[in-house]
Amino acid sequence: MTIECVNPEGLRFNQMKSSSHQTLETRMRPILMKGHERPLTFLRYNRNGDLLFSCAKDHTPTVWFADNGERLGTYRGHSGAVWCCDISRDSSRLITGSADQTAKLWDVKSGKELFTFKFGAPARSVDFSVDDHLAVITTDHFVGTSSAIHVKRIAEDPEDQVGDSVLVLQSPDGKKKINRAVWGPLNQTIVSGGEDAAIRIWDAETGKLLKQSDEEVGHKEAITSLCKAADDSHFLTGSHDKTAKLWDMRTLTLIKTYTTVVPVNAVAMSPLLNHVVLGGGQDASAVTTTDHRAGKFEAKFYDTILQEEIGGVKGHFGPINALAFSPDGKSFSSGGEDGYVRLHHFDSNYFNIKI
Amino acid sequence: MAAVVDIDVLTAQLGINWSDVNLDSIQLPPGNDFGIESDDESVYQDDQSEFDTGFGNIIVVDHLPVVPKEKFEKLEGVVKKIYNQLGVIKENGLLMPVDPDTKMTLGYCFIEFNTPQEAQNAKEKSHGYKLDKSHIFAVNMFDDFDRLMNVKEEWEPPQERPYVPGENLQKWLTDDKARDQLVIRFGHDTEVYWNDARQKKPEPVHKRSYWTESYVQWSPIGTYLVTLHKQGAAVWGGADTFTRLMRYQHSMVKLVDFSPGEKYLVTYHSQEPSNPRDASKVEIKVFDVRTGRMMRDFKGSADEFSIGGPGGVAGASWPVFRWAGGKDDKYFAKLSKNTISVYETETFSLIDKKSMKVDNVVDICWSPTDSILSLFVPEQGGGNQPAKVALVQIPSKVELRQKNLFSVSDCKMYWQSSGEYLAVKVDRYTKTKKSTYSGFELFRIKERDIPIEVLELDNKNDKIIAFAWEPKGHRFAVIHGDQPRPDVSFYSMKTAQNTGRVSKLATLKAKQANALFWSPTGKYIILAGLKGFNGQLEFFNVDELETMATAEHFMATDIEWDPTGRYVATSVTTVHEMENGFTIWSFNGNMVYRILKDHFFQLAWRPRPASFLTAEKEEEIAKNLRNYSKRYEAEDQDVSLLLSEQDREKRRALNEEWQKWVMQWKSLHEEEKLVRQNLRDGEVSDVEEDEYEAKEVEFEDLIDVTEEIVQELM
Repeated sequence: MTIECVNPEGLRFNQMKSSSHQTLETRMRPILMKGHERPLTFLRYNRNGDLLFSCAKDHTPTVWFADNGERLGTYRGHSGAVWCCDISRDSSRLITGSADQTAKLWDVKSGKELFTFKFGAPARSVDFSVDDHLAVITTDHFVGTSSAIHVKRIAEDPEDQVGDSVLVLQSPDGKKKINRAVWGPLNQTIVSGGEDAAIRIWDAETGKLLKQSDEEVGHKEAITSLCKAADDSHFLTGSHDKTAKLWDMRTLTLIKTYTTVVPVNAVAMSPLLNHVVLGGGQDASAVTTTDHRAGKFEAKFYDTILQEEIGGVKGHFGPINALAFSPDGKSFSSGGEDGYVRLHHFDSNYFNIKI
Repeated sequence: MAAVVDIDVLTAQLGINWSDVNLDSIQLPPGNDFGIESDDESVYQDDQSEFDTGFGNIIVVDHLPVVPKEKFEKLEGVVKKIYNQLGVIKENGLLMPVDPDTKMTLGYCFIEFNTPQEAQNAKEKSHGYKLDKSHIFAVNMFDDFDRLMNVKEEWEPPQERPYVPGENLQKWLTDDKARDQLVIRFGHDTEVYWNDARQKKPEPVHKRSYWTESYVQWSPIGTYLVTLHKQGAAVWGGADTFTRLMRYQHSMVKLVDFSPGEKYLVTYHSQEPSNPRDASKVEIKVFDVRTGRMMRDFKGSADEFSIGGPGGVAGASWPVFRWAGGKDDKYFAKLSKNTISVYETETFSLIDKKSMKVDNVVDICWSPTDSILSLFVPEQGGGNQPAKVALVQIPSKVELRQKNLFSVSDCKMYWQSSGEYLAVKVDRYTKTKKSTYSGFELFRIKERDIPIEVLELDNKNDKIIAFAWEPKGHRFAVIHGDQPRPDVSFYSMKTAQNTGRVSKLATLKAKQANALFWSPTGKYIILAGLKGFNGQLEFFNVDELETMATAEHFMATDIEWDPTGRYVATSVTTVHEMENGFTIWSFNGNMVYRILKDHFFQLAWRPRPASFLTAEKEEEIAKNLRNYSKRYEAEDQDVSLLLSEQDREKRRALNEEWQKWVMQWKSLHEEEKLVRQNLRDGEVSDVEEDEYEAKEVEFEDLIDVTEEIVQELM
């Protein structure tokens, strides 16, 4: 299947039938959001879907209106690349993890810094629990410390907030980064994935390792991204081994594998249709200067059930580092190494895709 | 395969990084194989006769004069003198037994040399040595005595071995779907597939991990697949799976080459010199493919096997031995400095016992069908002696035709596949000698006196990028002009009125192409833009002079037609990091399927032997193709029905499985509802409850708005 790019900013979906190729074309203008000066690292919508939060290597997380891409504000205070963020259910609190060895709590509305968790190492990922009373933060290995997963209690009133960890989990190989850790159903477990290619489920109470992904079926190279379903039932992981895998969150059973041609940096699942999106591309350092197509900087859509590719969205001039679906599934955004956030509102053709 | 996986698991458990383990460094204690069966059957077959007795350096010299004690020392002196010339006799290494009764020698002696090689040499040199009329030496190795003594007095008829039917080596040709096979190599695996274009996928035939240590190669008519190993080469083939048919011992073999009729296999090994100023050592062996017997070996320094061009390549250019055309495998030739050595395979010696002296010859080329050798000698003496292209008949060594060429910088010879034509691309200097331009000398081999025609391009300053003859045909294609958009021209050796004149058929302007790939049946050609052109493909019909399709296999590095010309494979090998794998296209440029494999090294179609059909019959089939193809059309339809049926079935199963998961998640989610509510301090979350209801999406498009005023009548 070749995807011809008629309009470099357009979106085309290819429809594959068993014998003939048909192209169903949906054309939509993405909204280009240029607010970051460095590569994007993470994107997240709030629960209502009206706000989009973006993190980048330029120290300043930014919030945007998710419908028109207008910049609403920035959160100033970090002094290093910001790797990850999460928004509380009521959209009042923002937590960010940064390479400046801190994670910060912010008041979403005022942009005020509420609290700073200090670590001896860069904070790689953050995630609020179901009740927003806990947060899981992963830190990289650094001089003297090995990579770890920290659980922090989040106080109702920022005045009462303390920096102590409720629980600290150590990865078996402390030299490998834990790229993402999220809460399992009902805050009972923590699911983590990282550079050692293994996915682990931990008991969130005791810190015991409950499950580890099977080496046979699991990823073969570093896991770069992890995105869970809204109901915490399943999650999708992307890896440098050029695949994304869908797992049951309770049993860690591998359900689906999506194979692509480039290392996967970011994954997202549509909350509306049975679609998953993979983004990635040649490693930035390996990008050749010959042809932009060589990098395959495309967000690829797959049918969740059939595991077949349905189409792709081009546009970025570098690898895609972040992907997010709005909670209603009617738009998605991508963030690239090129420093742009591209916000796409699907048009009606997208919803009629049949394969 | 399973074993390898097991090993991986086991090593992972033990915390050993398998890739760091140097297998060669592992030494099992002798006599203990740890229950690991060797896959080398010969370990079990060979009875243990190979034990070294330690007497390998001793020879027995018989038919010595029988002398009394007084003359003993004199005889000893004579024997020592003879054998000291042939090797170093060990101290006290000469033992001449004496009859204890008569005090006379027994007429024989034992001599122990320092090395078995010396002993062997001494035996060969002195056997039959005439000491005097009545004493002619009979020399044997000591080790042979045991063997010779054990020969039974009575002759026993050898046991008749039951007849074991050989493998049917041609079975793959009888595939009822008439598919072709291909071999691919990626990572550690080598796999052979049927190209099942109807099913739009390859069907596995055989696969093995670590099948070869460097590469694999088909024999020229597809009977064997050869693999290379440390110990030598091996050929595989047979009816259903690939079994090992024969091995050819040649340690550290680097390259192999078959004779065109696949009777002989040439293996090549070269060793880098320890002193960089020395030439590398080259060893070449010629084996009989069927019996595995080595027919001849050649050893020497690399200089003897190459013309030592200015390129300064280590070793020789391959193939060193070029086989004469035709299926008889009768002659092979080697080019070295100022000489062409032509060997014949009956005795594996030089024809007429001597090489041909041709001063400064730089290139030779066999006709693909006849035993005619074309050779090129460049200009000598700063242009005083012109360059020369000549055709030489073998074995008579008669020069059939020659042409002198002036102010030539380089020549390249291209034979047409049925040996009818030879094209010589000649690069000449311009008058200023600052640049060159190209032209062609076209030889018509099959015509009387071999007429030569000179062809120049329309714009003779054009650079020639590629040249290719139509297989079995009379046409050729040339890519010429300047990058990045050169032109492609087609020529025919015939014109409508005159079969003896070359004519231009067409020129296609500004193509993104730098390589030409004719279909093996002719008529169709792929104009390919490899490397800098990123894999542009144009499928062109030369009969109609029209483009059938254009396509792109991004970054493609290799293109190979299947032997029937029905399909063509384009592949991206490890030259590039990304998108390794191959794509199969139909002859007219429809993509059939694509397979991605990381670390993809090689793809090779299994060649087929020549068809038994006569040219007339083939023409008849081509004419009445409709009648012949009916059967296949019906089959095609069946297959496509079956495929869509299978596809539907697969989709249904996948959907069902997914629904099962969804149901399970939904019920669990329901169960945990209360707990979740409590966690959230009693907040009821309705939003998530409809998440799975959103399966059917209705999307409203506002098509038209009309306003109607409905008046109510009171």
